Amino acid sequence: MDKFKHEIRLSGSGGQGLITAGIILAKAAVIDGVNVTQTQSYGPESRGGASRADVIISNDEFDFPEATKFNALLSLTQEACDKYSPNLRPGGTLIVDSTFVKNVSIMEGTIYEQPFTQIASEKLGTTLPTNILSLAFMVKITNIVSIAALKEAVIASVKPAYADLNRKAMKLGFDLADKNKAEV
Amino acid sequence: MAKKSKKNIVLMQGNEAIARGAIAAGVNFFAGYPITPSTEVAEILSIELPKNGGKFIQMEDEIASISAIIGGSLAGAKVMTATSGPGFSLMQEGIGYAKITETPCVVVNVMRGGPSTGLPTKPSQSDIMQTRWGSHGDSPAIVLYPNSVLESYELSIRAVNLAEKYRTCVILLSDEVLGHMREAIEIPEIDESKIIKRIKPNTPPEWYKHYPENPKYISPVASIGEGYRFHVTGLTHDSFGFPTNRADEAEIMNDRLKKKITHHLDDLIQVEDYMMDDAKIAVFAAGITSRAAKEAVRNSRAKRHKVGMFRPLTIWPFPEQMIRDKFKDVKAVIVPELAEGQLLGELKRVLRKTNIKFYPIQKTNGELITPDDISEAIKEVRK
Repeated sequence: MDKFKHEIRLSGSGGQGLITAGIILAKAAVIDGVNVTQTQSYGPESRGGASRADVIISNDEFDFPEATKFNALLSLTQEACDKYSPNLRPGGTLIVDSTFVKNVSIMEGTIYEQPFTQIASEKLGTTLPTNILSLAFMVKITNIVSIAALKEAVIASVKPAYADLNRKAMKLGFDLADKNKAEV
Repeated sequence: MAKKSKKNIVLMQGNEAIARGAIAAGVNFFAGYPITPSTEVAEILSIELPKNGGKFIQMEDEIASISAIIGGSLAGAKVMTATSGPGFSLMQEGIGYAKITETPCVVVNVMRGGPSTGLPTKPSQSDIMQTRWGSHGDSPAIVLYPNSVLESYELSIRAVNLAEKYRTCVILLSDEVLGHMREAIEIPEIDESKIIKRIKPNTPPEWYKHYPENPKYISPVASIGEGYRFHVTGLTHDSFGFPTNRADEAEIMNDRLKKKITHHLDDLIQVEDYMMDDAKIAVFAAGITSRAAKEAVRNSRAKRHKVGMFRPLTIWPFPEQMIRDKFKDVKAVIVPELAEGQLLGELKRVLRKTNIKFYPIQKTNGELITPDDISEAIKEVRK
C-alpha cells in the first residue's frame, strides 16, 4: 500500500464547531485504523476569535502534530481563508463557506465554494450542524477517511437527541459533494 | 502473525492521559483550581475520582490547592494538583513546604505563554527554570516532561511513583499543545507490581522518627492517624520533625534533601537518544518541540546527514553525565525551545569544557517551532 500523509486544517471562528469537527475527523481515522493526531488553536474568548483544528492522518510514522502545508483546508470565515489559503499544497483542496467567504484566490489546487451555513439554516432550520455538513462535504470530496468511519464517529460524538439532526446534516454534505463532483 | 487487537485503541487528549495515569497510579485525592490549559485534568478527575473511591475538591485558589494536597498526603492519600504558569507561581511556597516536610505529592504544570497571565491558550516552555528554582532555598527537584499522549499517561504514573518513593513534590510538565493534543493510543494494562506504595514503618510507635538517618536517604513514613507521633513544620527540623537551630542537625536535613536525588540519578533520569551514535550535529529538545526536532532529524537522515536528537524526559535532575557521554563526537548542537534560552543555558553549563557550537532557536510568540525551522538551522550549521 502506498504511503500517504494528509494534513488537514479546519478554520473559522470560535463557536462554529471546528474543534469538534476536528475531533470527529480524528476519531474516524482511528476507526479506519491509521495514525492520527489532532491539535487545535483558539483564543481566550469562549466564542468569537480565530479558531482552528488540525488533523494529520497517515499510514506512516510522523512526529510533528500541526498541519503546515494543507492537503485540504476548510475555511468558514473570510479571515481564516485569507490567512491559511496561501499554505495550501499544490493540488490541494480548498473548501469555503460562501455564506461568509466572498473573495478566494489561490495559485494552485481546487476550490469548492458552498454556502454551508445558509444551507443548514434553510434545510435544517438551524446553523448548528454547519460543521458536520461541511465536514461531510470535505470527506466525500477528498476521501481522507471512509464514509462509514465518519458516520460512526459523528454518531458516537453527539448527544443522542442530536443524532438525527447530524445524520441529516451529513447527508446534505454528501449529496452536495456528489453534485459538485459531477459538475467538475 | 496475528493482527494486533485494536479494541483498546482510543483517541485521547494529553490532559486526559495525565488524569487517567493518575488514577492508574492510585491517586485518590485531587485538590485544584482550574486554569487553561490544564483544566481538563481537574475536570476529568472531578468525574472519575469519586467513581474510584477517591475525593476531588475545587479550592478557592492555587495556594489553598497545594496546601490541601499536602494535608491529604500527610493523612496517607496519594495526591495530585494541576495548574499552569500563574497558578504554578502561587504554588511555589507550598512546593517548598512539601519538599522540606518530605511529603509526597505531584504538581502538574501545563505550560502556557508568560510572564503573568500571558497567553492562556498558547504553548510555552518557559517554566523549565521555575520548576528547579521557583521556590526559595536550595530545593532539589524531580521534574518530568513527556512529548506524546501515551507518554503523558506513562509519566503521570511515574511522577506519582517517584513522589511516593522519594517523599517529595514531583513536577510533571506539559504544554498547551501537548495537553490539548489528541492521539490514538492503546492504553497499557495496569501492572500493579509497578505501582509504588509508601513504605510503612515497622518500629514501635514510641521509637518512630519521621525523618530518620538512612544510608539510602529513602525512609518509611507513617500517616497521621496511624498511631505514630511526629511533628510537621516548614522550619528546619530534627529527626522527629521538631524545629532546630543546631548546625549539625540542619546539615543532616539539607544533606538528605539533596542526596536522596543525587544518589539515585540512575533511577530518576530518562532520556530519548534518537540517531545520536554517529551524529556530528545534535538537536537538543524537550516536550512538544522534540516532535518537530525528531521530524527534522528523520528528514535529514534520509539525506544521509549525520544528525541526531537528544531528548530529556527527566528535566531535573538534568542528565549531565549522559549528555557529556553522548555529545563526545558532536560538533554543533541546535537548541530549539519555546523560551529564551532556559535549556540552552543549562546545556552550555554542562558542555562548557567542549568546543561544541551552540545554535539556539527560540520562539515566545505562542507559535510552535516547526520541523522546517529546525531543518533550516541544520542547513545553516552544515555550511
